[in-house]
Amino acid sequence: MKARVTVTLKSGILDPQGKAIEGALRSLGVEGVASVRQGKVFDIELEGTTDRAKAEAALKAAADKLLANTVIENYRIEVVG
Amino acid sequence: MARTLKLVSGVEPAMVWHADTALPAGTDLVVVPGGFSYGDYLRCGAIAARAPIMDAVRAFAAKGGLVLGVCNGFQILCESGLLPGVLMRNQQLKFICRDVYLRVERSDTPFTRGYNAGQVIRVPVAHGEGNYIADGETIARLEGEGRVLFRYSSPDGLVDPDWNHNGAINAIAGIVNGQGNVLGMMPHPENHVEAVIGCTDGRGLFAGLSDHFDKAA
Repeated sequence: MKARVTVTLKSGILDPQGKAIEGALRSLGVEGVASVRQGKVFDIELEGTTDRAKAEAALKAAADKLLANTVIENYRIEVVG
Repeated sequence: MARTLKLVSGVEPAMVWHADTALPAGTDLVVVPGGFSYGDYLRCGAIAARAPIMDAVRAFAAKGGLVLGVCNGFQILCESGLLPGVLMRNQQLKFICRDVYLRVERSDTPFTRGYNAGQVIRVPVAHGEGNYIADGETIARLEGEGRVLFRYSSPDGLVDPDWNHNGAINAIAGIVNGQGNVLGMMPHPENHVEAVIGCTDGRGLFAGLSDHFDKAA
């Protein structure tokens, strides 16, 4: 089973890396960029289960325990099959 | 750090491996030093905060044991839940390696008893992610309970954006937990303890801790 966990900064948290990328895009002449926020993507392969609910519970535990710092970050879990 | 602890206290610290699960018997102070851990992958200190030894450190802190985290150690203590908040990328996106001035906010703690409240000390910083933040409620609690022990300031003790090198909220350089027995700070007081280096302003922290243990004994 394959899954993707996407971790993003909560709104209101300053993202200096995103700001720097935003500035670089502007200087490259990429038009229409209003703002950039940088996040992280984890592609995870799960073994030993075909149960979607179980997989989601394991991924939630992974995100809460390690992948995201929930003080500053949100996460989204997708089981892609 | 180990050298400083020995130099100031006269006691040789025991080294504890990250994969260990217990602290040495009779431990009176746990120091989580600076540097880098696990490549600081994911987030600074995130993986070290989940190392096997950290359960023992949390249990030690819960019983009132003194814990000091410097630089990466501060990041680890935040990630481990022993201290609130997060150290984010420096506002200017640059690694900062220089001496900074810190205003000591209070002297009535085991960590700062070697200083006077309001005293300004000069110590080095070396970090890319030292920009302390927490939610508004946490910051209000830290400030209300007097848990900010060190703030970035001018040599005269003025707290001003020009002297807040990494953009930390309220120029916070070091905080303690609610019980006051866990201190995390980004600057390195352990690097300013010998006259030959040109400054001994960091010595007070370790001399104060040493005094604290002598009095308690």
